[in-house]
Amino acid sequence: MTTITYIEHDGTEHVVEAENDSSVMRGAVDNGIPGIDADCGGECSCATCHVIVTSNWMEVVGRPNDTEESMLDLNPEREPNSRLSCQIVVSDALDGLIVNLPEFQM
Amino acid sequence: MNQLATKNPFGEDPWSMPLADIDVSRPELFQTDTLWPYFERLRKEDPVHYCADSQFGAYWSITKFNDIMAVEKNHQAFSSAWGIVLPDRPEDFETPNFIGMDPPKHDVQRKTVQGVVAPANLAKLESTIRERAATILDSLPLEETINWVDRVSIELTTQMLATLFDFPFEERSKLTYWSDMATSGELAGGPTPEPVRRKALLECLEVFTKLRDERIEQPLATDLISMLAHGEDTRHMEPMEFLGNLILLIVGGNDTTRNSISGGVLALNQFPDEYQKLRDNLDLIPNMVPEIIRWQTPLAYMRRTAVEDVEIGGKRIEKGDKVVMWYVSGNRDEEVIDHPNDFIVDRPNARHHLSFGFGIHRCMGNRLAEMQLRVLWEEIMQRFHTIEVVGEPTRVQSSFVKGYSELPVRLHARA
Ligand code: HEM
Ligand code: FES
Repeated sequence: MTTITYIEHDGTEHVVEAENDSSVMRGAVDNGIPGIDADCGGECSCATCHVIVTSNWMEVVGRPNDTEESMLDLNPEREPNSRLSCQIVVSDALDGLIVNLPEFQM
Repeated sequence: MNQLATKNPFGEDPWSMPLADIDVSRPELFQTDTLWPYFERLRKEDPVHYCADSQFGAYWSITKFNDIMAVEKNHQAFSSAWGIVLPDRPEDFETPNFIGMDPPKHDVQRKTVQGVVAPANLAKLESTIRERAATILDSLPLEETINWVDRVSIELTTQMLATLFDFPFEERSKLTYWSDMATSGELAGGPTPEPVRRKALLECLEVFTKLRDERIEQPLATDLISMLAHGEDTRHMEPMEFLGNLILLIVGGNDTTRNSISGGVLALNQFPDEYQKLRDNLDLIPNMVPEIIRWQTPLAYMRRTAVEDVEIGGKRIEKGDKVVMWYVSGNRDEEVIDHPNDFIVDRPNARHHLSFGFGIHRCMGNRLAEMQLRVLWEEIMQRFHTIEVVGEPTRVQSSFVKGYSELPVRLHARA
């Protein structure tokens, strides 16, 4: 189990024990955290699981690959640390990870 | 409900006819609502199906949810650049736009207009849409048969389009007319003769060109014409490309939302227990909205063209083949969606449907469409106990736009 903190746009924090090898998206959805829609169910093809990774975690989490980049790129409100959370695999290395949720998913 | 009935306008039995003879692209199947058993059989017996001969030529049908997702994701092999509807583009009247483009051009053009439906802009639009919905609903007579399609679905979507474009409000019915012309052409199996269609679209171009020329003189505003006029990558668009993008935005935001508005009323009438569930708990509206959009599937399919040989569902698709992703079938795929033929207002995971497509072409207006439907249903439920469907709906003759031209209803006020 790996501890992940999701911070909603209004500042509400949710601390979750996520299962290794699942995704940061699943960690939120399975624990009923609002603000991640995940319409496509984790296929990297809807971009409604958008999160903004806190800067000091970016190096560990890594950059999006090309497919993810092409989906993220459709969002005019993306930020430099934006990721699609269904594409971030949970592992021990991410223990303590903090991600921010955007105001809206689109 | 006789959705799964097998009688159809061709006098054939979809369950026993040779698989090879099945042609699900025939508009008559949609007009008579007899499409369902064909797709049910294909999903069971031949989920990636080849039709060698149709009025649109040969094409592949993709009928299962997960296969459709796989095609959506693979835009390298399945191109949109040959068009996204079954008929090929008429070479002497091409109206290019980004739904029919591949990266990188697609991405660049989409980004120019995406801002108009960004959440911040939507929040601003919401109060306008609520006011207009309220005005329309308040003008309706009670206990009298009316055509819901004309009085509400068309009127509301037209007003919304006029708002998005900041189009002269009094002339807004032109938008609906152009939208209908764009989608009802004879080449797509519809009733409108091609010359009539072209004339209407050229008129559309003329009117919008004037508006664009006016807006380029003014500072950038949040309406679509202003965005196209000022956008780095869109300001110098050729006339036919400008027209193509106008048609995309007019049609994209029109028929689809219109038919979701009508479809929701029909669904609640076919599933009266669900209507009661909704009356008992209005907080279900935001969840009901994507369920309406799934159940209706306002666009029955999108087409792709294979640009390399590629295998899908065990079948070999060859370079150049037309591939049709039947959302209307994938949305009823029992392997992914529980009780797919039922309309369930509190369905878990209701947004996991195909009606908006997936991947880089995923509907740009999906949040706008949902917002409109949510606001409308909030206003409806405050006013009416029941919108009672009192006659058979008349369906549109198209295998692409899945919708209604008539839905007779009577309104009963809330006690
Ligand atoms: C319930 C209503 C709607 C439905 C069912 C719907 C459905 C779709 C579908 C199926 C696609 C193509 C997806 C693909 O090729 O994979 C699409 C694309 C698009 N839609 Fe919608 N749509 C709706 C409402 C709207 C609205 C209100 C707008 C207005 C802004 C809009 C604008 C667009 C645009 C611009 C595209 C092209 C996106 C691209 O190619 O990148 N749609 N829509
Ligand atoms: S869940 Fe759809 S892209 Fe992540």
